[in-house]
Amino acid sequence: MGDFWLPEAASTIAPEVDSLFLFVTAVSAILLVGVTGAMLYFVYRYRRQSPGERPAPVEESKLLEISWIVIPTILVLLVFNWGFKSYVKMHAVPSEAYEIRVQAQQWNFLFEYPNGVTSDTLYVPEGEKVKMRMSSADVLHGFFIPAFRVKYDILPNRYTSVWFEATKEGDYDLFCTEYCGRNHSEMDKVVRVVSQDEFDNWLEEAGTSEDIPLPELGKQLYSQRGCQGCHSLDGSEMVGPSFQGLYGRTDHEMSDGTTLTVDENYLRESILKPEARIVAGYNNLMPGSYSSLSERQLTGLIEFIKEQSDKEPPASDQGQTTATN
Amino acid sequence: MSTDTQNTAVAQPDEHEEGENYLNHETSVWSWLSTKDHKRIGVLYCVTLALVFLAAGVLALVMRAELSGPGETMMANDTYNQVFSMHGIMMVFLFLVPSIPAILGNFVLPMQIGAKDVAFPRLNLASWYVYLAGATLTIMALLWGGVDTGWTFYTPYSKTTGGGVLWMTSAIFVAGFANIFTGLNFIVTIHKMRAPGMTWNRLPLFVWGMYATSIVQVLATPVIGITMVLLILEQVLQIGIFDPSLGGDPVLFQHFFWFYSHPAVYIMILPAFGIMSELIATFSRSRIFGYRAIALSSVAIAMLGFLVWGHHMFVSGQSVVSSIVFSLITYLIGIPSGIKVFNWVATLYKGSIWLQTPMIYALSFLFLFSIGGFTGIMVGVLSVDVHLHDTYYIVSHFHYVMMGGTVVALLGGMHYWWPKITGRMYNETLGKIAAFLIFVGFNLTFFPQLVLGAKGMPRRYATYADRFTELHQLSTAGSGVLGVGLFLVLGYALWSLKYGEKAPANPWGAATLEWTNVAALPDPHNFKRTPLITRGPYDFHLADEVFGGGDGEADGDQGLRVPDAAPAAPLEPSRDA
Amino acid sequence: MATDTDIAPAPTETDHHDHPAHLQHHFVSSEQQFDSAKLGMWLFLITEILLFSAMFVAYAVYRQWHPETFVAASETLNVTMGTINTIVLLTSSLTVALSIHYIQKDEVKKCIYNLGATLVLAGGFMVIKYFEYTSKFEHGAYPGGMFDPHGGHYAQLADVPFASQFFSIYFVMTGIHGLHVIIGMAVIGWVAVRAWMGSFSSEYYTPVELTGLYWHLVDIVWIFLFPMLYLI
Repeated sequence: MGDFWLPEAASTIAPEVDSLFLFVTAVSAILLVGVTGAMLYFVYRYRRQSPGERPAPVEESKLLEISWIVIPTILVLLVFNWGFKSYVKMHAVPSEAYEIRVQAQQWNFLFEYPNGVTSDTLYVPEGEKVKMRMSSADVLHGFFIPAFRVKYDILPNRYTSVWFEATKEGDYDLFCTEYCGRNHSEMDKVVRVVSQDEFDNWLEEAGTSEDIPLPELGKQLYSQRGCQGCHSLDGSEMVGPSFQGLYGRTDHEMSDGTTLTVDENYLRESILKPEARIVAGYNNLMPGSYSSLSERQLTGLIEFIKEQSDKEPPASDQGQTTATN
Repeated sequence: MSTDTQNTAVAQPDEHEEGENYLNHETSVWSWLSTKDHKRIGVLYCVTLALVFLAAGVLALVMRAELSGPGETMMANDTYNQVFSMHGIMMVFLFLVPSIPAILGNFVLPMQIGAKDVAFPRLNLASWYVYLAGATLTIMALLWGGVDTGWTFYTPYSKTTGGGVLWMTSAIFVAGFANIFTGLNFIVTIHKMRAPGMTWNRLPLFVWGMYATSIVQVLATPVIGITMVLLILEQVLQIGIFDPSLGGDPVLFQHFFWFYSHPAVYIMILPAFGIMSELIATFSRSRIFGYRAIALSSVAIAMLGFLVWGHHMFVSGQSVVSSIVFSLITYLIGIPSGIKVFNWVATLYKGSIWLQTPMIYALSFLFLFSIGGFTGIMVGVLSVDVHLHDTYYIVSHFHYVMMGGTVVALLGGMHYWWPKITGRMYNETLGKIAAFLIFVGFNLTFFPQLVLGAKGMPRRYATYADRFTELHQLSTAGSGVLGVGLFLVLGYALWSLKYGEKAPANPWGAATLEWTNVAALPDPHNFKRTPLITRGPYDFHLADEVFGGGDGEADGDQGLRVPDAAPAAPLEPSRDA
Repeated sequence: MATDTDIAPAPTETDHHDHPAHLQHHFVSSEQQFDSAKLGMWLFLITEILLFSAMFVAYAVYRQWHPETFVAASETLNVTMGTINTIVLLTSSLTVALSIHYIQKDEVKKCIYNLGATLVLAGGFMVIKYFEYTSKFEHGAYPGGMFDPHGGHYAQLADVPFASQFFSIYFVMTGIHGLHVIIGMAVIGWVAVRAWMGSFSSEYYTPVELTGLYWHLVDIVWIFLFPMLYLI
């Protein structure tokens, strides 16, 4: 029955939730069959034989009434107690848990590890307790890993957390479960459970972002920081303007009717202060959180955007280096 | 009282039925628009709500069509978000909440307690106009770019998204008054307008259901009203009550919202309980088993319903302790609902069960509502809810309760009272076919959703992972069957208005006042004489005016239908307006 | 046994013929009509209380969250004006009660005078409220987004986090209360006109009584608002 209803169980809490789920399902099924069976039997057994039939009133049975008050009460209290215990367990975060920061924004999750590594895939080591400390940059989001049976809302004005201990290597889904606007249904990530060794290796490798070339860094940031949610690379229409052929455009029209040339400084301003100038035909939906990007990250991102255009660099960018080298 | 009077009454010919009734005593459009007759207001509401249900139902079919494939099949994410939002908002605030009280409550309740009208007929009419104003604002919201917040309007998203949110929240604020007016009217009517002899223990259970509902309407609706006002002010003046960037708290909004919206669930289901009791009693022709338990459990549910709102927020950021308390109270409220189901089944025992369309709906209700209840117990389990929250399991759970419960009961009630409202019979065969289609279609639509949810499919997703495709397609197919069933009902209902067989005064052999003491088509003032009540609403063994004297075997009528009951009132035309 | 054929009880029969003008057709007696109206009014008052209680909850939550803000911000409210307004409103409750008292004794003139006095006091309340509001606006103490305190003892609020929230709550609560006062004034005016036209007597004075009930509610709400916003 478990396979019919539930997804793969890959955390320590999952079997506990599953057995409770299956217990309630089984008891419900028995009661449902009982109620429906009695109903159908009565409907057949006491079907009307002649139109004028008037059955004698049935005496009410106190015992019967009391029994169907007391028995369900005992059943639900049992279930409550069980559910309450595992709920408390879910919420008591073990102090030794390994902490990963989750930053949610429309429509992206970013995972940040204690050594500063950021990733858009949630790598977690198998067999270790992991705590997610979560916050949102804009609206409410939800953090849901079906295989782990954990879920919690992510709020903009406080930290929330969930913890789990993965028990099986493999890739699992992570969904946003609190409705957050247009691309809510595309706000999903991969959770990759790997062995402790593999995890350590990955963490070390990913930690050397200083060495990678700027456009490469920009490409990483593009997917990690959720740029891809709103800005396409193939010219298709999304929430924000596409990056394809953006750099070097000379007729970029703003919502106040003015046009400008897309140069590095414009890109920089648009990332740090998106509200300063709005492109015609778009609303300012861009989070302000990008102002926290480091200079190197910012430059990387701008280099990446520049690569998406084959136009000539505008005059304003000729003969001078970028804002930082 | 005396069998003599009795028999003469039965013997009276019913020629009077062809005379003046509530439909033909005035016929101008203005007489409808200015009517203070509770029956006509019920009919006005019926037409309006049918249109809303049609619109919101079509949106549901559109949603299911979009979900027939994992990617984008026929509309963009934005459109889908608007469609599901409008479906939810219209179904909940504009259809389900007013539905049974405004249509059947208005039509039936005064007759069931032997009153000429509700206590405040003008307020009753005002309720309909206020509702229309709310509906107009909803249309404005659509014209203004629609709403894509979901029916819950969670902040801060509802503040950042533009479009028709301001219009829609105003619409809900305004439409709330329509519900308050109705609820207030019913409470006063039930307290003060009962006919002589209509003691609290002789109230039909539909009236008890309406009484409990009205309490919730009066106590809960003002809170959604002020919440909507605060939401509007948040958008217009940035007052910072709900917006975290201004120091407000989105969780507070959720508390406010569910403080209304959970009791609102009882506004939707308690009247359905009332209808169920009427249907089961009449079509099994036996006294409701545990009348007091059913009556009082409705009131208990209405009260406890105010203490469980937090079970919508187990993963929203409220404290663990409050979650635990809310979960415990949630179980306490599950028990009265369970008691009702057991009592209804027990009522069938040794009855005389007549499987007409309304009874088929009542039996469907028992099955569907039981699933709704059991899945409700499931999502009340704290640790399991963590997994199921905001998935299709929840979607399916509340559709089992709201549609499998309320809408199915409403359909049953509409069939049951259709002869009284229109004076015509619907087509019984088509009725049974439609009820069957609806039952099958409903389960086909929503059972796969239970499985989807348990497997982790989140709700409000325009696109989804490939592995969910098959179950989604099953659900979409079911929605088609369900749609066909509902349109069939609409079709034969309209047909019967003109071509239906003329209904007798009491086609079902029911024992409540609207059948026993009111003409086939009710008189403008309901009763020709104020009735005097001497027995309980389901004392069929005492209802000699329905069945004739004796032990009930004496009646020789062999027709398909139960012997027509005589309209009980003496026939002298002694009304002075 | 038989429900229907029994003769209806006496009151219906008699009332039909000599019923008073104010009795609506669907009621059996004036008493039933009066009781219904009164019960309806009480239910309406309950909805009003729930309407305000949601705002009180918001107040309590944010006071709990930012206690120092609330203390600092409430110091800028004018306690003297608030006290005068409290007295004005309490007096108006007395006059409206007197108007009911007099109509019960068929002293229509005195009833109208008292309704008039209530109207004047309510107007006074709104005038004082107007001055309070404008003095806030002068210093930029607007609700929510436009909040920009300057001048006088408002200047210090610029540094208090979430001070705008206090003023949002202050303006929303007193604003909705003020709206109730204005609606009350309209109703009292209408009742006074009807009394003047001779619609009411000791036999029938339901609208006067219900208006009085409503006005007491407006008063009670203020009695909670005043200490919560001005004093503590």
